[in-house]
Amino acid sequence: MENQNPPNSTSKLLLWFFSISACVKLLLIPSYHSTDFEVHRHWLALTRSLPLSNWYSDETSPWTLDYPPFFAYFERSLSLLAHLVDPRIVDVHNGLEYKATSVIYFQRISVILSDLCLVYGVYRLTKNLEVKRRDLMWVLVVWSPGLMIVDHIHFQYNGFLLGWLLLSISCLQEGKDLMGGFLFAVLLCFKHLFAVAAPVYFVYLLRHYCWKGFVRGFGRLSLIGAVVVAVFTAAYGPFIYHGQIQQVIRRMFPFGRGLCHAYWAPNFWVFYIILDKVLSFILRRLGFGIQIPAASFTGGLVGDSSPFAVLPRVTPAATFIMVLLALSPCLIKAWRNPRPGLIARWIAYAYMCGFLFGWHVHEKAALHFVIPLAIVAAQSLEDAKHYFMLSIVSCYSLFPLLYEAQEYPIKVMLLILHSILMWLGFSALFNDKSVSKAANKKKGTQLEVKGSSERGGFVMGWVGKSYLFGLLIVEIWGQFLHPYFLGDKLPFVPLMSISIYCALGIMYSWIWQLSQIV
Amino acid sequence: MGKNKAEKVTDDKVEVDNGDDVWWWLICRSIGASFLCISVFALLVRAAVSLHPYSGAGNPPKFGDYEAQRHWMEITLNLPAKEWYHNSTINDLSYWGLDYPPLTAYQSYVHGLFLRSFDPDSVPLFTSRGHETYLGKLLMRWTVLSSDALIFFPAVFGFVSVYHTSRSSSRKTDIVWHIAMLLLSPCLILIDHGHFQYNCISLGLTVGAVAAILSQKELVASVLFTLALNHKQMSAYFAPAFLSHLLGKCLRRKNPLLEVSKLGLVVIGTFAVIWWPYLHSTDAIFVVLSRLAPFERGIYEDYVANFWCTTSILFKWKRLFTTQTLKIISLTATVLTCLPSMVQQLLAPSSKGFLYGLLNSSLSFYLFSFQVHEKSILLPLLPASLLALEEPRPFKWLTHLALFSMFPLLCRDKLVLPYVALYALFTLLYHAPGRCSGRSKRSKTDYSSVASIMTGLLYLCSFILHIVYLTMRPPEKLPFLFEAVIMLLCFSQFMLFAFYTNAKQWLLSKHSTTVKEKKHI
Repeated sequence: MENQNPPNSTSKLLLWFFSISACVKLLLIPSYHSTDFEVHRHWLALTRSLPLSNWYSDETSPWTLDYPPFFAYFERSLSLLAHLVDPRIVDVHNGLEYKATSVIYFQRISVILSDLCLVYGVYRLTKNLEVKRRDLMWVLVVWSPGLMIVDHIHFQYNGFLLGWLLLSISCLQEGKDLMGGFLFAVLLCFKHLFAVAAPVYFVYLLRHYCWKGFVRGFGRLSLIGAVVVAVFTAAYGPFIYHGQIQQVIRRMFPFGRGLCHAYWAPNFWVFYIILDKVLSFILRRLGFGIQIPAASFTGGLVGDSSPFAVLPRVTPAATFIMVLLALSPCLIKAWRNPRPGLIARWIAYAYMCGFLFGWHVHEKAALHFVIPLAIVAAQSLEDAKHYFMLSIVSCYSLFPLLYEAQEYPIKVMLLILHSILMWLGFSALFNDKSVSKAANKKKGTQLEVKGSSERGGFVMGWVGKSYLFGLLIVEIWGQFLHPYFLGDKLPFVPLMSISIYCALGIMYSWIWQLSQIV
Repeated sequence: MGKNKAEKVTDDKVEVDNGDDVWWWLICRSIGASFLCISVFALLVRAAVSLHPYSGAGNPPKFGDYEAQRHWMEITLNLPAKEWYHNSTINDLSYWGLDYPPLTAYQSYVHGLFLRSFDPDSVPLFTSRGHETYLGKLLMRWTVLSSDALIFFPAVFGFVSVYHTSRSSSRKTDIVWHIAMLLLSPCLILIDHGHFQYNCISLGLTVGAVAAILSQKELVASVLFTLALNHKQMSAYFAPAFLSHLLGKCLRRKNPLLEVSKLGLVVIGTFAVIWWPYLHSTDAIFVVLSRLAPFERGIYEDYVANFWCTTSILFKWKRLFTTQTLKIISLTATVLTCLPSMVQQLLAPSSKGFLYGLLNSSLSFYLFSFQVHEKSILLPLLPASLLALEEPRPFKWLTHLALFSMFPLLCRDKLVLPYVALYALFTLLYHAPGRCSGRSKRSKTDYSSVASIMTGLLYLCSFILHIVYLTMRPPEKLPFLFEAVIMLLCFSQFMLFAFYTNAKQWLLSKHSTTVKEKKHI
């Protein structure tokens, strides 16, 4: 395959994809941005103007630093440039809520450029792949609508971080386990939310890298251990030195925030809450004296009291155990047969578990599994169908992030474009395949056999079709019919219906992935 | 079974065709699917551009084109049709009076209804002047988006499907590329969705008329072109080409007089329907007509890269002649420069020749007619983009120059960022990887190395001029120095371009006759 396309011409196509998306991202600069924009601006100011010992204790702004130290260092290095662009950006006090063009252009362009990391990650991951699958993967990752919405409109640096994750996965797939582990450790020091996949990494590396006889294995274990410790020392060392480590950890894990975010991420807890509501309603009807909890989920933030009327209260520890339990089949599989070819699936599955059962999950976390899953989406027809459904649902679940009317056509068109691209690409890949397979049945790898047994090409079943069609109905109801018929009554219903409906799809996807793994 | 087999054979063919094509995923289905994909992308780009400021945003008392369009909605919505073009106490024509034909007024009326139902404050008479709100801007932008999607996009689809069935040598990749070039023309997007205008409607109607002509439906074409003419009088730039092509075709039929009168009746009928409210008296018609031809504004405005404005550096036309003589001079110049291409079409009407004719006549109007605006370069650009597969490099060069000639205008509108982004997007799409190695070889032989060095130098010049315009201030004695330099550069290239395309059109008929002669032998 490499003979057909010399490397420079292949990377040219990837860079072309990136440049096209960069043009659209440039056009999106004046669009709405969330408070995360000010959060990141404040972090620039914080890391530039304050001594390291005060980074995690400063309270000038409510947007305190709550990412691990490498991200703070990253902001620090950006702030050096920002200072040259406009000194007011990095001013801790005068820069608060600073909204000049300079800061908007600077931060937006920094996100666009940091996406190069994602491009490199996906390039590493796909460079030895069959040309068609590779092209498709590039389309799926580089033009991901979720990243566009979260990073380039809402404002965050996920593209850059997911690029690290892809780099790490590519190292594991090539058998460079130590490098992969190192990159993952670095990633954890950028954003600790990625730690959900740590058990998978641990089991896989232990088994695949270290399980080579006693002496050699022990040597490797201590080597990889030393690498991880070194990374963490580089990150947290300075804060330990300043006696700040407890403060750092307190900032990074704010468990006081409650089980669900104001807008419920479409995960398992949505069903739990709904079940609680339904049960309390029924029991009250039956004459039991059920108290309506003071803190309600529909009202927004959750206080200390239990928000559940009937069902037991969920604690962070319980969610932690749930995540581990959900992960365990995958861990067992990884222990029994650590295959580099499956690692991307396992990591994606781990993030999915974290998303479904985790504590205070944000809908943006859906990107953590959608992007790695894009890598395996083109491997078989079943994967393609699953990914088609999942990426549409998860992208749709991001819609409430952009609630202003101005961005409405943009987010809708991003999703439609992505769906069309997936439909075109997958049907080209699999419908073509069925023809070419008839011609040459020489290669008999497992995947190809799978592909040929499933005739008919890329067509969604009627369940999938009607589910996706249902998304349209939910959207039309929430956007147009609900305000028209009910006005301001029951304002939480549109958002809640999005959560519930998307949670159905994501639960299905989780079960599907679980069945694939087992 | 037989059909099935045939399908498989074509499938195989497609696969051989796309063996090393990077666009396999975009072109595997029908052209309709690819068109859908590109048009959603084009709409996304348009929606993103519409986030940026419009002309005259926050700039009282006159604001800009945005306020003009909004004001027309206000006027058409609140006054009876008879009053629209009539200066009175309730309709002050000195404040953005309606100066486009009635179809624009009707379009304003429909859009005004839309605005009123969602944002009633944005269109009441008098009180809404200079109305600028978040919602108002959004709704106005959406009217342009929807007009684009409902008129321009289908017209382009119609054109592409007709054009490429008649053109035997098109590969699927070429067609897709052509669609992208048509739908993502940076100039049109910047003017319509950035600066704020509705060119997409008149241009879309024109493209529809062109598609109808290519598919031999002359009556539909005349209706569509008449509609375009009644949306913006600037569509008259294309009139000589339509006229000569249709006339040339009719003359070749059995009954030329009947054919001509059929077309004439259709045109007159369409006009009559559109102008109905003003047909009750000649006075009313003249009032409207005088609004459409604003001769009092002088032969040129600002720094448009046409003949009159550029040569005014040497001859002060406005001082040498009266407006009346200038009108005649410019009319003669325009007609004379149109004539060669018209004669060619009268003698040998052909589809390709018609497209060249459109380009030539609109270029001569842009260069020589009275009262041309920078934005009018959109009109020659349209046929150039229709011919993009025939003339890829000249098309790119013209797009570059057109953008450049509008740069000062777009700078004033604070649209530098979308300008840069769309320019980059256009260049990227134009040079899409894996696009037709065959054609680039052919065009290389057309282009001598001297010419490519020249264009390279000119690209460099224009790049430097962009930077200079953005960063430096002109000397105080010559405040419009940079504009004048940009205008000179663009004008010289436009003139060369006009010569080139005229020559091309004439060579076309020569070529076709030689081909015919060969066939006879």
